[in-house]
Order: sequence, then C-alpha cells, then structure tokens
Amino acid sequence: MAKYITKRVVYMFISLFLIASLTFVLMKLLPGSPLASAEKLSIEQREVIYEKYGLNDPIPVQYIRYMGNLAKGDFGISFQYKNADVMTLILKKLEYSVILGAQAIVFGTVIGIVLGMIAALKQNTIWDYGSTIIAILGISIPSFVFAVLLQFIFAVELEWFDVGLWNGWKSSILPSIALAMGPIAIAARFIRTEMIEVLGTDYILLAKAKGANWFEIAFKHAFRNALIPLITVLGPLAAGLLTGSLVVEQIFAIPGIGEQFVKSINSNDYAIIMGTTMFFSVFLIVIILIVDILYGIIDPRIRLSGGSK
Amino acid sequence: MTNKLEKLPKDSFERITIDSTQAEKISKPSLSFWQDAWLRIRKNKAAIVSMFILIFIVFMTFAGPFMVKHDPEAVKVSHANLPPKVPGLEKLGIFDGVGKLGSKTVNLYELKKIDTYYWFGTDSLGRDLFSRLWKGTQISLLIAFVAAFIDVVVGVIYGGISGYYGGRTDDIMQRIVEVLIGIPTLVIVILMIMMMDSGIWSIIIAISITGWIGMSRIVRGQVLKYKNQEFVLAARTLGASDRRIIGKHLLPNLMAIIIVNMMFTIPTAIFFEAFLSFIGLGLQAPKASLGTLINDGYKFISYQPYMLFFPAFVLSLLMIAFNLIGDGLRDALDPKMKD
Amino acid sequence: MEKIIEVKDLELSFHTFAGEVKAIRGVSFEVFKGETLAIVGESGSGKSVTTKSIMRLLPESSTEFKNGQVLFGGRDLLKISEREMQKVRGKDISMIFQDPMTSLNPTMKIGKQIMEPLLKHQKLNKSDAWKKSVELLGLVGMPQPEMRMKQFPHQFSGGQRQRIVIAVALACNPKLLIADEPTTALDVTIQAQILELMKDLQKKIDTSIIFITHDLGVVANVADRVAVMYGGQIVEVGTVDEIFYNPQHPYTWGLLSSMPSLDATEDKLYAIPGTPPDLLAPPKGDAFALRSEYALKIDLEEMPPLFKVSETHYAATWLLHPDAPQVDPPAPVMERMKSFPGSRYYEGNAGGAK
Ligand SMILES: Nc1ncnc2c1ncn2[C@@H]1O[C@H](COP(=O)(O)OP(=O)(O)O)[C@@H](O)[C@H]1O
Ligand SMILES: [Mg+2]
Repeated sequence: MAKYITKRVVYMFISLFLIASLTFVLMKLLPGSPLASAEKLSIEQREVIYEKYGLNDPIPVQYIRYMGNLAKGDFGISFQYKNADVMTLILKKLEYSVILGAQAIVFGTVIGIVLGMIAALKQNTIWDYGSTIIAILGISIPSFVFAVLLQFIFAVELEWFDVGLWNGWKSSILPSIALAMGPIAIAARFIRTEMIEVLGTDYILLAKAKGANWFEIAFKHAFRNALIPLITVLGPLAAGLLTGSLVVEQIFAIPGIGEQFVKSINSNDYAIIMGTTMFFSVFLIVIILIVDILYGIIDPRIRLSGGSK
Repeated sequence: MTNKLEKLPKDSFERITIDSTQAEKISKPSLSFWQDAWLRIRKNKAAIVSMFILIFIVFMTFAGPFMVKHDPEAVKVSHANLPPKVPGLEKLGIFDGVGKLGSKTVNLYELKKIDTYYWFGTDSLGRDLFSRLWKGTQISLLIAFVAAFIDVVVGVIYGGISGYYGGRTDDIMQRIVEVLIGIPTLVIVILMIMMMDSGIWSIIIAISITGWIGMSRIVRGQVLKYKNQEFVLAARTLGASDRRIIGKHLLPNLMAIIIVNMMFTIPTAIFFEAFLSFIGLGLQAPKASLGTLINDGYKFISYQPYMLFFPAFVLSLLMIAFNLIGDGLRDALDPKMKD
Repeated sequence: MEKIIEVKDLELSFHTFAGEVKAIRGVSFEVFKGETLAIVGESGSGKSVTTKSIMRLLPESSTEFKNGQVLFGGRDLLKISEREMQKVRGKDISMIFQDPMTSLNPTMKIGKQIMEPLLKHQKLNKSDAWKKSVELLGLVGMPQPEMRMKQFPHQFSGGQRQRIVIAVALACNPKLLIADEPTTALDVTIQAQILELMKDLQKKIDTSIIFITHDLGVVANVADRVAVMYGGQIVEVGTVDEIFYNPQHPYTWGLLSSMPSLDATEDKLYAIPGTPPDLLAPPKGDAFALRSEYALKIDLEEMPPLFKVSETHYAATWLLHPDAPQVDPPAPVMERMKSFPGSRYYEGNAGGAK
C-alpha cells in the first residue's frame, strides 16, 4: 500500500508539473498577454509594470520564478481586478462553489443510492424502469441544460426564485439540483449494477441459507458490499461537478470560482484563467488520489493485500 | 419401485451400437458473433428507437436547411426576435407567431407586417432558427464524429502497440499514459483551446488530445488478453507476420469493444463541444453549433424561451440516443451475458 | 430407521433466455437419521439444483416446481411460507458450498457471520452467542479462535475459510447438513483434513448429511449410501458397497471405470465418451443411452423405471429387465463385483461353497 501511494504521489507531481509548464508556455504565447489592456498604457507605464513583474528577464528565469511561485501557492496577479492576487480572489469565491458542490454531491449520491437500491431490489418492475429512465436522463443531459430548464420553470415562470441574483442559501437550491442530476444518475446506475451483482454472490446465498430474511440480506449483507465500490466513481463525479459548476454558476449568477472563470475567459484575463486552471488541476488530482487511497483503506478485501486495482 | 411392467415386445431389448460422436452434436444452431449480437440488440427496444431517432436527426441536419428558404447565416435585423410560426399549426393556437413584446403578448408577425414563416422563430439578428438548428446540429455531429474517429485511431494504434509488443515499449508507453490520465480533461481541453484560434478543428483537437487515452487502455487490455491465446500462438507458429496477426486475428476480436466504446465517446464529444461553446470558448458567430445556439437562447430565456428549447431538446435527444445505443450494444456484444 | 427428509418425484424447470431447462426430471430419495447420503454425478447433472430446491434457494423468478414434495418434519417444505422456511434454514437444515473463497461476506468480520444464526434462531444474547461462536471455531480446529473472531475473511486461507463455513453451518445443531462439493475447491491435503473434520463432527452432533461430489474417491470415504445422478435423474441408488461392488447402471460403471485407483497400474484413465444431455431438449428414453456401449433399442424409446436389485439397491436401466440380454460390465468393474456376495460374478472366498 505504501509503495502504491508513493507511486501515485510521484505521478501526481509529474502531472501537475506538466500542467504548470503548459500554462506558462500559454501565458507567453497568448496574444495580448500578460497585460490584457496593455495597449492603453503608455510606454513608460508598461516598462514600470514589466520591470515590476520581471517580464524583462530571460524566459528560463521567468519560468523558474513562475514555478517557484506556484509551489508557494502564488498563482499570479489579475490585471483586470486592479492587480488582485489570483489566489486571494479564488479563496474569496471558494465558499460559494464549495457550498454548491457539497450540496450537489451529498444530495446526488444519497438520492442516487436510494434509486439504485430500489431498482436492484425490485428488478424488472415499474420502479426499476423509472429509476433507469432517471439515470439515463441524468447521464445524458448536460447539467447546463438542466440548469436553464430549472431556471426557466421555477424562476422565470413560477417565480419561486430570483433570476440571476445571489440571495443567500435559497439561491443555491436550483443550481445544486441541476448539478446533482449527474451524481444521481451515476450513483443510481452504479448501485443498481453492484447490488445485482452482489445479490448473485455465494455469500448472499449462504446468508440466505443461514435463514436471513429479505431485509437482512439487502441491508446487512448486500448494501455495504455494493456501497464501498461507489467510492471509485467519486473522483470522476467530482470532475463532472467541477465542469458543470462552471456553467451552472454562470447561469444562476452564483459568485463562485466557476462564474469568475467564465467571466475571465470572456475578458481574456489570462492570469485568472491560468491560476484557476492550476487550482482546478490540483483540486481534481488530489481528490482522485484521496479517493483511490480511501478505497484501499475502507475495503477490507484490499486493505492488507497491498494491491492496487 | 417394483417391477410391475406391462409386457414389452421382445425385440425392443436388442442391443444396438450408438455412434458416440452423435451424442456430442450440438443441438443449437450456431450463430456467428455478429448475427448473435444483432439478434440481441433487436430485442432492445430502447436501442432500436434511439437508432431511428438518430437516423432522423442526421437526415434532418442535411435536409433541414433546404426545407425552408431562409439562409442559416443571413442576418436580417428587421426580422429579429420573431417567435415560431408554422403554417397549419398556427390555427391551433401554437406556433402562431404570438410572443412577448415588453410586458404585452402580441402577434409579432402582424405587428411587423411580416408574411413569411419562421418555423422555429428567429434570433436577435433575424436569422432563421430552423435552418440554424439543423446546420448547428450538423456541425456538432461533425465535430463529435471526427473527434471520436481520431480517438479510436490513436487509441487503437497506441494501445495496440503497447499491448502487442509489451516489455519495455509497453512500460514506457504506459508510464506516459499514467501521467496524462492524471490531467483532468476539463483542464486540458480549456488550455488547448486557448492555445489555438477558435474553430471547428481547434475544438476537435482539444477534445481528442486526451480522449484517446480511455480507448488505448481498453485496447491494450484486450490485446494482452488475446495475444497469448491459442489461435494467435498457432498463427504465429505458422509464421504469420505481425501485421497479419494484428489484422486477421486481433482486430476482429477487438471490434466489439471498440464500437461500444466509440458509442460513448461520441456523446462525450458532443457534450464538450456544447460546453465549450456555452462558456464562450467554442465556435464564433455566424457559425452555429448546438452549444452556441443554447448559449444564444439562454440569454433570452425570459422573453424567447423557444430559442433555447429547440437546441436544448435536440442536444438532449442526441445524448440520450447515443447513450442508449451504447448501452444496448454493450449488452449485446458482451460475451459474459451469453448463455 | 427414522427418515429425516424425503424427496418425492421432484420435477423442476428453469425458464431461461434459451427456453425451458428441465433440470430435475423426477427425483426421489430419502435420508435417514445419522447417515450420510452421497450424491454423485458429472457436473451439470442436477446435484446442486436438487439440494438447493430442498432449501428453496433457487431464483424465484425463473424456477418452476412442476411436481413433487420435500417432506421434512411432517411438512412439505415446498408448500410452507417463506417466513416459515427462513426458520428452517440455518436451524434445521444448513448448507456448505463449494467455494470457500466466495462464500463468506468479505466485508463482515467472521465472528459476526458465525454469530448470525445463533442470534437469529437460538435467541442467544450477544455475549452468549460470542462464547458459543468461539467454541465452534475451536471445534472446527481453528487455532486462537478468540482473536480470529475479529478478522475478515481475506485473512484466512481456503481451508480455514471452509472450516469457518462449517462452523456457521453447525452453529444450531442442524438435523440435516447439505454439503455441496465442500472439498472440490481445496488442495488434496486440505481436502482430507476437511473430510476428517466433517466425519468427526457428524459423530459429535449426530446430524444427517447429504454430501454432493463428482469424485467417487471421496464417496467411499464418507458415505453410508450413494445416489448416482445423471441428466436430472437418479439412475442408481444403494449402499456404498452395493454401488462400488455391485453396480448395475452403465453410467455407474463408467464412473467407476474412470476413477483412478491407487493400486492400479493402468497407464490410461478411462473417460466416458460424449457429453451430458442437453436439458433444454432431454432425450426421450434413457438419457445415458447415447453415450453407452450397452444401449438397447428400447433405451431410445422409453425411460427405464427403477428396478429393484435389493432392499436398499435400485437402478434405472433396461438391462435389469428380465427380457434384457446378459451383458458383461467393463473388466475393472467385473473385477470388483467378484468380491461382492450376491453379485453374479461372486467367486466366494477361502474355497467357499456355492
Ligand atoms: N438458475 C438456473 N437457471 C437455468 N439453468 C440452471 C440454473 N441453475 C442450474 N441450471 C442448470 O441445471 C442443470 C443442473 O445444474 P447443477 O445442479 O448446478 O449441476 P451440478 O450437478 O453440477 O451441481 C445444469 O444444466 C445447469 O445449467
Ligand atoms: Mg454443483
């Protein structure tokens, strides 16, 4: 296990290093960068800024400094927001995004698990088909389509919510639901398949042979075994949520990182784009690593055998 | 359990010899793999219906723009923001050209004295949304198919080489994959697209740049599985070249899994195109794709929701259809479920 | 002798994608108190299905019981409610499966798995159940049972896991223990240990056993009586001696001929030609006829009834019909029959008079 974790951490750093280098190259290549509105500045002003940020140094020096700063958690400076530090900007917006993401993932997986359990235990009944349809819709339809539909129905038509305005926790309900559709679908499908597989195993047959009733079979024996592998999809789930949150935040005008990111794309604020990209990368890579390690720890089948998957 | 038996004719107790090979005759007619798969998928109603929907949509992407006399990219400001109006249906109170103007509900066609029909309405620049929708769908599908094709080609070659040659080659190639797979798709797609000018090819490349990895891993796994099986070993002993072994023996066995995986690659590509266009990194006007159309529509959600509905509906339908076909194919081609 | 369980005319089909699988086609047998009945037959002959139908463990959605009874304690187990059945399972009848690697719940500590039937059927409180479980683990020969209770299945070897499964099965002193190929998945040396353990425990707690195997070698070791199954039917049943030394059915001959014997020097092992019948469309007459060199014309027409050989010995083959021709079984079988009093090849011993 220790060897596996070490290996994974090494790969993680190589991946991050590559991404960081790529962002640096991009910063150098992109038109108009790094000063989005450089044209408006006089030559002297520009010189001052170039000097201040070390943009006159040779490229390798800049590269090393850039990587060093990243390592320290310094993601650069936004020119759009009066030289605000990108990391500070991100941290300020983090709260909204975290609330949204956490709500979506908790709500989504819980509902998904319930749906998946119902489908597996009532196989080939109307319950099963219903849950399967929800799963197919949730997997197929992008969260931004759900988001605009929810907004149209509940905010525009029914006027239960404000349109495009952050107004406390209530404003997080619709976007959280839109984001949760993916997790619901993925969890429901996953649990259904796992449950059906587990219900067909020898140990379930033995449990039945011991005289266990339907409830004990489903919840004492099968559920745990079906649930543990769900951890493996949490990584992709988080990635999907992050992707979704970019647009969903924008649609519902949630002042989170995603909305900031899309705004920066439209105003060519490369520093924020690159900084946020780095932030997303670290976030996702670390989540996936944690999830993998967690699975190794929680599942007693692989806890001591030291194997990877 | 007693021997009370009716009299049986004496000659029925004659000994006979039985050709014991006869006992091994297989009673079921043997079907080829693909025939068998076809029989299975035919039973999957969802997949079949999806297939028809898909065919219909593809047909419309070519025929749709010619069904109306409006050009999908022609701007006509005087015809801006018109709601849908369809001859025939207008008498039923739907698609009758009635829409919102400020807070009032009026027939905008009469108001603006327009006597032509825009079946799905027009956008803020007066472009016909019906032809735009199908043109946009066409572009989205094109991007998805090309991206999926690239994924398959690169993935099969990479995974095939890695698995077939094994050893050091495989080691190095797999280390590379392990690093690449650590990079979130979202991140790489965004970085790539920023590096290139926006356009169809940029989107395709951005989507494909990591898209092939999944395919390559699957192909590698399958090649590893098959390459030491008897029929391949036999071919090799008989002096078959690598090319022949790969082409004649490995590829046919990989076809099923490649096709299934491609069915899931396509909707992923459709999604990323729409996603990129929606956040402003995709195609630029006057070109249309499902993503840009949804983005345009979303801006007018309060006044002209139809601008959003049609492209959102087609996008959803496409995604659902591909996923259902993929599911159906997977079930049909999965030899595990064979009895 | 007291009958523990009696299976009568059991007939059962599975409805599958490909059609109706007639898995059990008229099976009757009984098990007496304290005895071990072995059921032998090639894989696919319906041994597991027979025993699973006693326990009613077959998938409800696809199984159709067409006929028959399973009489146990004065009741027909096929008729009682699922709730009643749950009280029988694990308490009066318990079961051991073939593969110990998969028959324990991987995410549940084994202590809990052993305690489960005790808590459920014997209504013991937790600490008593714990003590009893530790005792059981000791009984099945697990060293340091106290400590092992807290471990998960993956921390045990195959043989140890089978011991645990046996402990679970014996927890409530069942009247009948069904062991479905309990040693097939184990190494030869471990097999012997598990068999010893089972024989040992049977004496201690006086339970009846149905022992399923496809290995005749094991049968001689453990069984009092043997039922030979083929194509969803019992083709011959008798005491161990009768089956081993006076077999009547060509299929039993085949099984015996294909059994490797320790003292024998033959270099080639006999294998029965052909494959078991397709139960989707079972043959009309004797299911084995197509693979038998002793086939009669009538075998293709009509199913043979069970002919009585002795009070305890029956076989379903037309060869036992008075009109049937005399045939000689394969040489190794004939050799065995020479030592069985009552067989037609019996040569007596010590100059014995006829
Ligand atoms: N759930 C099931 N559905 C369909 N066919 C089954 C099922 N279980 C067993 N069978 C069939 O019944 C026959 C007898 O199987 P089984 O009793 O497991 O044989 P064995 O003697 O090896 O234990 C086999 O042909 C098998 O394919
Ligand atoms: Mg069996």
